[in-house]
Amino acid sequence: MDAGIQIDNLSKSYDDVHALKNINLDIKAGELFGIIGPDGAGKTTLFRLLATLLLPDSGKLRLCETDVVDQYKVIRNLLGYMPGKFSLYQDLSVIENLEFFARVFNTRIADNMDMIHDIWVQIEPFKDRLAGKLSGGMKQKLALCCALIHQPKVLLLDEPTTGVDAVSRNEFWQMLKGLKSKGITIVVATPYMDEANMCERVALIQEGEILQVNSPAEIVDQFGKDLYAIKSDDNYQSLLDLREFDHTESVFLFGQSLHYTDVRNDFLIDEIEDYLKNKGRLQLEIEKIKPGIEDCFMALSVKSDQHE
Amino acid sequence: MNRFFGFLKKEFYHIFRDKRSMLILFGMPIVQIMLFGYVINTDLKDVKMAVLDHSKDEYTAEIINKITSSGYFQLTENLQHLDQADAVFRKGEVKLILVFEPDFGKNLIKNSNGNVQILTDASDPNTANLEVNYLQGILQNYNVEINEGRPVPSSVQVKSRMYFNSNLESVFMFIPGIMATILMLVSAMMTSISIAREKELGTMEILLVSPLNPLQIILGKVTPYLALSFINALVIIGMGYFVFGVPILGSFVLLMAESILFIFLALSIGIFISTVAKSQQVAMMLSMFVLMLPTIILSGFIFPIRNMPVPLQVISHIIPPKYFIIILKNIMLKGVGFEYVWKETLVLFGMTIGFIVLSLKKFKVRLQ
Amino acid sequence: MNKDVKVIRVKNLYKKFGDFTANDNLSFEVSKGEIFGFLGANGAGKTTAIKILCGLSYPSSGEISVAGFDVYKERELLKRNIGYMSQKFSLYEDLTVYENIRFYGGIYGMTKQEIDTKTNGLLDQLDLQHSRNKRISSLPLGWKQKLAFSVAIFHNPEIVFLDEPTGGVDPVTRRQFWDLIYEASRAGITIFVTTHYMDEAEYCDRVSIMVDGRVEALDTPTKLKEQFNALDMDQVFLSLARKAKNVE
Repeated sequence: MDAGIQIDNLSKSYDDVHALKNINLDIKAGELFGIIGPDGAGKTTLFRLLATLLLPDSGKLRLCETDVVDQYKVIRNLLGYMPGKFSLYQDLSVIENLEFFARVFNTRIADNMDMIHDIWVQIEPFKDRLAGKLSGGMKQKLALCCALIHQPKVLLLDEPTTGVDAVSRNEFWQMLKGLKSKGITIVVATPYMDEANMCERVALIQEGEILQVNSPAEIVDQFGKDLYAIKSDDNYQSLLDLREFDHTESVFLFGQSLHYTDVRNDFLIDEIEDYLKNKGRLQLEIEKIKPGIEDCFMALSVKSDQHE
Repeated sequence: MNRFFGFLKKEFYHIFRDKRSMLILFGMPIVQIMLFGYVINTDLKDVKMAVLDHSKDEYTAEIINKITSSGYFQLTENLQHLDQADAVFRKGEVKLILVFEPDFGKNLIKNSNGNVQILTDASDPNTANLEVNYLQGILQNYNVEINEGRPVPSSVQVKSRMYFNSNLESVFMFIPGIMATILMLVSAMMTSISIAREKELGTMEILLVSPLNPLQIILGKVTPYLALSFINALVIIGMGYFVFGVPILGSFVLLMAESILFIFLALSIGIFISTVAKSQQVAMMLSMFVLMLPTIILSGFIFPIRNMPVPLQVISHIIPPKYFIIILKNIMLKGVGFEYVWKETLVLFGMTIGFIVLSLKKFKVRLQ
Repeated sequence: MNKDVKVIRVKNLYKKFGDFTANDNLSFEVSKGEIFGFLGANGAGKTTAIKILCGLSYPSSGEISVAGFDVYKERELLKRNIGYMSQKFSLYEDLTVYENIRFYGGIYGMTKQEIDTKTNGLLDQLDLQHSRNKRISSLPLGWKQKLAFSVAIFHNPEIVFLDEPTGGVDPVTRRQFWDLIYEASRAGITIFVTTHYMDEAEYCDRVSIMVDGRVEALDTPTKLKEQFNALDMDQVFLSLARKAKNVE
C-alpha cells in the first residue's frame, strides 16, 4: 500500500470564516513533510480533515489510497494523530496511558516495542509517574509513543513543539528523523519558520491558502532577490529611516540586524551605507546574506496580500 | 472485548484518583441520609394534649396521670364532645387528643377490654407517628401493671387516627427521595462530566480517531457508573433499614430491578447531556438545573405534588424521578408487587429507550 | 536606553521550596528602557523569579528592587508601576476594545477623562479606531497581540513583563509587534521578555539564560554567540541547557 496523501481542491469554512481555500497537496509515502504557517492559517483544520474529524465542504482527500470521507473507519486504523492540545490522561501514569492506547487499538505494548523503542527508553525511567506531572518535553515524547503504539502508516502531528523548550524541540525533531527511517509518512504542522529546515518538503500556508510547496533549499533558492543584513548602533532608527528610503522594497527587523531588499537589481551597497551615515548611524555593517525560510515566507505573504 | 476492558480500567482509574468524584460518590449519600434521618427523628417533649373522657373513672384518671407524668405530654384541655376535635387541632396548639370510651373502667375489668382512641394532627406526619408510638408504649406498660397476678388479662385497646394526612405520606419519604437524587446525581452528572472532560482536554479527538466506535465509548463511560450507582442504591437502602428502621415491605429483588432501570435512565440522560455540552462546566450546569433541581423540587420528594400549582403538576409528569419515587414508595412502604407499579415502570422504560436512541443519534463520529 | 538608571536590581536572590532551590543566587541589573530577554528551559526557575519580581511571591533571601520599590515592603506600589502581558491571557474576549482599555485603565486608578484621551491616541496609533466597539473575539490574532501590549503599557509603567509575547504570530505581524516594543523602549519603558523561542531572544538588547536556577550567561545576543562560538541563539541555548540537571 502506498502511504501517501493526496489533497485535491479542498475547501472548508466555518460560518463566515474560510479556513481553507482550495488546497492542493501531494505528500509522498515516507516523506517528512512540514505544514508551516502562523496561528489561524488553517493548519489545525487541515489536520482534522485528514484525521477524519471534520468533513470537507468540497474537494477530495485520499490517504493510503483510501478515501478519507467515505472510508473513515479504515483510515482510523492507519492513522497516528497527535492533536495540538496536549491530549493524554493527566491522572493516569505514563505506562497506564500507553497501555490504554495499545488496548484501544487492540494490540500490546510488547508487540510494538520496536516501533517506539528509541523514544520509550527516554521516558521509561518515569513510567509510574502521572502524565500530568511530566515536563513539557516528556509529555510530548509520551504523546508520540501513544500515537505510534499501533504502528500507523501515517503520522499527523499538529504543532507538537509549541510550548516546548529548545532542547526538547531539538530532541523531538531528532526522534521524527528516526521514525522516518522506519518508512512512516510524517506530516508536522508548526508555526515556527526555523523548523522548516528539519523537513524534506514544506508547504507554507497563510490565511487558508498555500503560498508555496517545495523543499526548504529550493524555497530559499526561489527568493529571487539579493538580501542584505544591516547592523548599526541603533537598528530601530535605521529601520525607521530605511522605510523612508526611495529604493527600499522591503525592510524588516531580524533580531540583531535588519533584512533589506532593494527595488533595483543593480546598485551599490555604498549608497545605502551613505544614506544611513547621513542619518547619523554609526558602526554600520552591511553584508549580503542567504535568505532564510522566514524571509521567504514574509516575501510570499506580502506578495499574496498585494495580489488580493 | 479487550478494547472495552481497557477502557473500563481507565475509567475506574479516573474515578478512584479524583477526590471530588469519590466524595460525591460515597460521601454524599451517607451525609444526606444522616441529615434527613436525624432532622426527622426529633425527641418528643411536652407535647400539648387534650382529653375527651366519656368515662371519668379511676382507671382513666390513672392513665392520664401516667401519661402526663412521663414528661412527653402535657394536658392542656378537657373536651366535652368529639365535634370539638377539629376546631382544637385547627387552632394549632393541641397536637393530640386522647378519647376514652364510655364505661372504660368497667369494660376494662369486666370484659377485659377497654378502648381508647388517639387522634393526632398529622400535618407533621413524622412527629404524629412518633407521638402515637410513645403513647402506645405508655399504655402497654399500664397493661402489664394492671395484669400482675390476674388470671384473665385485661388490656387497653388503642386505635389511632391521623387528622389531615391520613396516609402518613412522607414519614419515610426521605429514603426514596434521596435514592432518586443520589442516583440521578451520580449517574447523570458524573457521566456527562466525564465525557465532557475528554472533550475539553482534547482526548476525545484521539478516541474518535481510534477504531473505537461510539457505542464502545459510551458503554465504557457508562459501565463504571452503573456499578457504582448500584452500590450506592444498596448503601442507601441499607442505611435506611439498619439505622433508621425504614422498612422494605415489598420484594427486595423487584426494588433492585427498578433501581437498575432508573440508573439506566439517569445514565442515558447523562450521555444525552454530554452530547450537548462542550465543557465540564456546561455539563455541570446542565445537570444541576435540568436534573438536580427538578428532582428535588418537582418530584414530590420534598413538596407534595398535589399541593403544587397546576402548571407545575403538569411539568412533574415529565420528571423521571417522580415515577421512581412512586415505585419505591409503593414497594418499600406499602409492600405492593409489580402489578401496582407496572405503569410507572413502563414510563421509565420508555424514557430510557428514548434517551438512548437520542444520544446514539447525537453522538458524533466526528467533531462536527 | 539609559544605562545609569537601573530599574531592576537583583542581588543574591535565593528562593527555596523545602530542599529544592528554584533560584540559586541570582544577581543582575536591568537599565531603564532596556529590552531584557529572560530565557531558560522548562523548570529552570524562570517563573519563580518573575513571580518575585512582580511582587507575587517573597524571595527566601536577597536584595531585590523593582522600579525603585522593595519587593518585601512595597509590593502594592511595585504592582502599580509594572505592566504584564502574556500570550495566553491578556484581554477579555467578550468585552469590546474600548471596554477592555477602560477596565485596565480603571484598575490602575486612571480617571475616565484620562482613559478616553489616551484611548483615542492609542487607537489612532494602532489604526484600530474603526474597531473601537468590536469585541476582542472578532479581531485577528495579530491585532489582539498588539492591542494587548498597548493595554499593558497603558498606565505608563516603569517596566512591562512579556511572557512569550509573539509565539505563533505570523512573521509580518510579529515585526509590527516588535515595532511597538521598540517604540515603548524609546519612551523609557523597560521591557522584560521571557520566552522559549530563541528567535525572540535575538531582538533583545541583552539576554540572560537560566539553567538549574542559576543565571549561566548574560550578555548581548551578538556577544553570546561569539562567546559560545554559535551561529544563532538556539545553539547558545542548547550548549548551556544540555548541562542542566533539572530537566528530568
